[in-house]
Amino acid sequence: MTAQAEGEAADTDLVHAFIDGQPVSVPKGTLIIRAAEQVGVEIPRFCDHPLLDPVAACRQCLVEVEGMPKPQPACALYVSEDMKVKTQDTSTEAEVAQKGVMEFLLANHPLDCPVCDKGGECPLQNQAMTAGRTTSRYTLPKRTFPKPINVSAQVLLDRERCVNCQRCTRFADEIAGDPLIDLMERGAEQQIGIGEEPFDSYFSGNTIQICPVGALTSADYRFKARPFDLVSVPTTCEHCASGCATRTDWRHESVERRYAWEDPAVNEDWNCDKGRFAFKYLSENRLTTPLVREDGQLRKASWPEALRIVAARLAQAGSRSAVVTGGRLSLEDAYAYGRFARTDLGTDNIDFRTRPTSQEEQDFLASRVAGTAGPTYADLEAAPTVLLVGFEPEEESPIVYLRLRKAVRKHGMRVFSIAPFASEGLEKLSGELLATVPGSEAATLRSLPDDVAKELRADGAMILVGERLAQSQGGLSAAVALSEQTGASLAWIPRRAGERGSLDAGAISGLLPGGRPITDAAARQEVAKVWGIEALPETPGLNLAGIIAAIAADEAGAAAAEDSEEEYERSIEALILAGVDVSDVAEPAALQRAIDDAPFVVALDIRPTEVTAAADVVFPVATVAEKSGTFVDWEGRRRPFAITFPETQMFSDATVLSLIADNLDHDPAPRNVPALRAEIEALGAWAGERPDVPQVPAPPASPAGDNQTAVLATWRLLLDLGVTQEGAPYLAATRRPSVARISAATAAGLGIGEGDPVRVGSQTGSITLPVAVTEMPDGIVWVPTNSPDSRVTESLGVGAGATVSLSRPTDLTEGA
Amino acid sequence: MADLPPALSGFWVTFRTMFQKVVTEQYPEQAAKYPPKPRFHGRHQLNRHPDGLEKCVGCELCAWACPADAIYVQGAANVEGDRHSPGERYGRVYQINYLRCIFCAMCIEACPTRALTMTHEFDLADHSREVLIYEKDQLLAPLTENMVAPPHAMVAGTTEKDYYEGKVTGATTEQREEVAHREEAEEADEVVDAEASS
Repeated sequence: MTAQAEGEAADTDLVHAFIDGQPVSVPKGTLIIRAAEQVGVEIPRFCDHPLLDPVAACRQCLVEVEGMPKPQPACALYVSEDMKVKTQDTSTEAEVAQKGVMEFLLANHPLDCPVCDKGGECPLQNQAMTAGRTTSRYTLPKRTFPKPINVSAQVLLDRERCVNCQRCTRFADEIAGDPLIDLMERGAEQQIGIGEEPFDSYFSGNTIQICPVGALTSADYRFKARPFDLVSVPTTCEHCASGCATRTDWRHESVERRYAWEDPAVNEDWNCDKGRFAFKYLSENRLTTPLVREDGQLRKASWPEALRIVAARLAQAGSRSAVVTGGRLSLEDAYAYGRFARTDLGTDNIDFRTRPTSQEEQDFLASRVAGTAGPTYADLEAAPTVLLVGFEPEEESPIVYLRLRKAVRKHGMRVFSIAPFASEGLEKLSGELLATVPGSEAATLRSLPDDVAKELRADGAMILVGERLAQSQGGLSAAVALSEQTGASLAWIPRRAGERGSLDAGAISGLLPGGRPITDAAARQEVAKVWGIEALPETPGLNLAGIIAAIAADEAGAAAAEDSEEEYERSIEALILAGVDVSDVAEPAALQRAIDDAPFVVALDIRPTEVTAAADVVFPVATVAEKSGTFVDWEGRRRPFAITFPETQMFSDATVLSLIADNLDHDPAPRNVPALRAEIEALGAWAGERPDVPQVPAPPASPAGDNQTAVLATWRLLLDLGVTQEGAPYLAATRRPSVARISAATAAGLGIGEGDPVRVGSQTGSITLPVAVTEMPDGIVWVPTNSPDSRVTESLGVGAGATVSLSRPTDLTEGA
Repeated sequence: MADLPPALSGFWVTFRTMFQKVVTEQYPEQAAKYPPKPRFHGRHQLNRHPDGLEKCVGCELCAWACPADAIYVQGAANVEGDRHSPGERYGRVYQINYLRCIFCAMCIEACPTRALTMTHEFDLADHSREVLIYEKDQLLAPLTENMVAPPHAMVAGTTEKDYYEGKVTGATTEQREEVAHREEAEEADEVVDAEASS
């Protein structure tokens, strides 16, 4: 509550009342329970939650209000002028009323605290101890239910324990927009239940956290630990660019659970199920020692040996090296890679974008995003209109989705989406679809309907572009142009948590930390001074596409030279890969070939992958639980996180790089997080001139698909086959089913109906999924990018906007 | 005797004591002759229900009550085919560190199911620290004739409440058959494993 801060200016909007005799002044429309908090009076409550609408379901907060005949619920009554409230502290009536309610709540509550997961952190348990009777007067048999039942694979419901406060149902309905659970039956049999569908909301885990009793518990955390066993560490979620504050609870070197932590400016009180339940990857299937290749086989090696080998080869390669990092690095680690490439290797060949990208995107990021502080969640919440382009908030940045939904619900924000079809998430935002064939986003952006363009001219309107817009030629240029034309602010929302930090840290060719263009002499000088070196590369190096092309060219050149027995000097001698997953890029085969062809490959990763299998030296590195650091969310906001396991033996990426620098006999590089942060702070953001925005025209309209072909639309679902979700079976069970979406006409053209299998093919492979007939333009097929039976990059080897073949699988398998 | 020379008065004490009753107990030769007092706090025991199921529900209240932080418990869910106690939950890991335990019996007071009690066994000394961390299998009460070793199902037709009300008095034929069947299968597996490794 900012009541006191704002109070001075708008004194007329304040109402004055007395709580337990203490004067209190609060803005109009403040609930008694909140006003009491301000003067330090705690009224017991179960159903009340500051972010949910009042419902007065549990009646535990009854207080005496002068002039009212009966005790009133403090959680549902607004403070009015001269109101005199007496709580349990000063009023016997209130105290008796509260004790009576507590007795009723406990009448049917089972005495199974010893086996209940909420035991030790249970509001009902605590309040029964402070306000309840020591013995029960109720002697009849208690109402019982079979326990527990699954409302979803990961949420268990014990109806005996429920006090019907409706926090969970209100959360599901108001906040998440998934009203899949509700009150059922009447009287003593009243209970929470589901209909035919399970409670497979992406946000279902929050109901476990806000349940004030042990009615909703987590299948994953079931009977694992007690609150007093756990050590809690403030962390930042590493799964997407939303930047949720989380709390990691661990015991015996193992993370037991994660909770959403309160941060009103970012995630409020919530997080998504991926952030809550996907943490088993931190401990399973880890690399623990360096590996070096000997006689074609990787073998375990000591750190000094591996470091010596790497240093020797990198010293040889020098600037003929390249660095590719995945999108999951912390700001400090990404900075360390950027610094290592420029100072120790003397190259600008670096890219963090292991995903479908474009040069246009790189120019866009350099001109508009890197090192800037963009619009915030607060701006997003206040915006009258938001246009989504190449961005599916519920799947790709769930907290952005929750903010949008809050704004839609509270002040009727209008949401427009440029996408091939109206997704479930868009429908929950009451959004309007601007149906667009993948690839022609730019054309749609440049010819928006007049009413949408007018809405975007309103004060505070926003355009949110996702990282996927990079796949659509001219899309980002058109978005920038639209933003400049209408005055709507523009925000780029990447998917992975490390993308924005890597960009700001300069882990991309052409950009030094803070968004400094490498082509700018002043920018280079600023950075060279902090890094204590003479000179930096002056021309932009290669990005990921360039690196792959250069290695392919080298290979061809070397083969030709071998034929003619000439000396051939490769342009890339050494390749450093950090947390790279080959299947993340649009054409995994090309990247894998580059890794196989590169003369020397160093991989830094937390676990064995295809990349580490192909590397010459592998260094194990720390997970987010084994290091501290900072993520930068889509706003550009720093989200620091503390180390979870302080006694870990693992080194962070930055530490490994500094060890390599030591072995190269170079000046010592900053080795720990405080030193790296100090350098990043010293550099700050670039204040000088930025490169021009990209001006890529919209491509000519491509012919829509016919009966045999279609344009591919694809994006990742929140819960899919991502490696960080491994080891979480309950979470995996709540994934949305993999389906192929096509229009009714397209389906009819193929002669198939809802639920029938359809085969989506390309030159490299195919995907067969059941059809979900969807209202969308004809000649488009949408499939999830990385879901069961649907791994687009690996099977099809193409990205969104490509033309793929459509067929009935029976046509091909007949007779086979 | 006060007027004996000081040198002799010392000998007098020695001489006089020779005719008094000996208080020294011969341990371990005559240990049985001197049993501990009935309320003596010795090594802990994890009790069983009359059919052999464990009483411990893995609630960790003992660990919570322990002033010496000597107890480590990890609960787990009973599932179909792997039931260790009546009800939803059992103690999967149960350790007491006898290097830390001060035998105060706060854990016994805290135990909501009377699963944890103390025996009269007091000779807890050994040569290494590791062996003084007792695991669940060392703490569990021995099986009596009426019991069969878990995991096995509850007595058919009973609820958790019936166990606490003393309505279960021993393992039924069904339970015995289930356990015998399991043990046979385990033995067969061991034979297969042994053959495979040889």
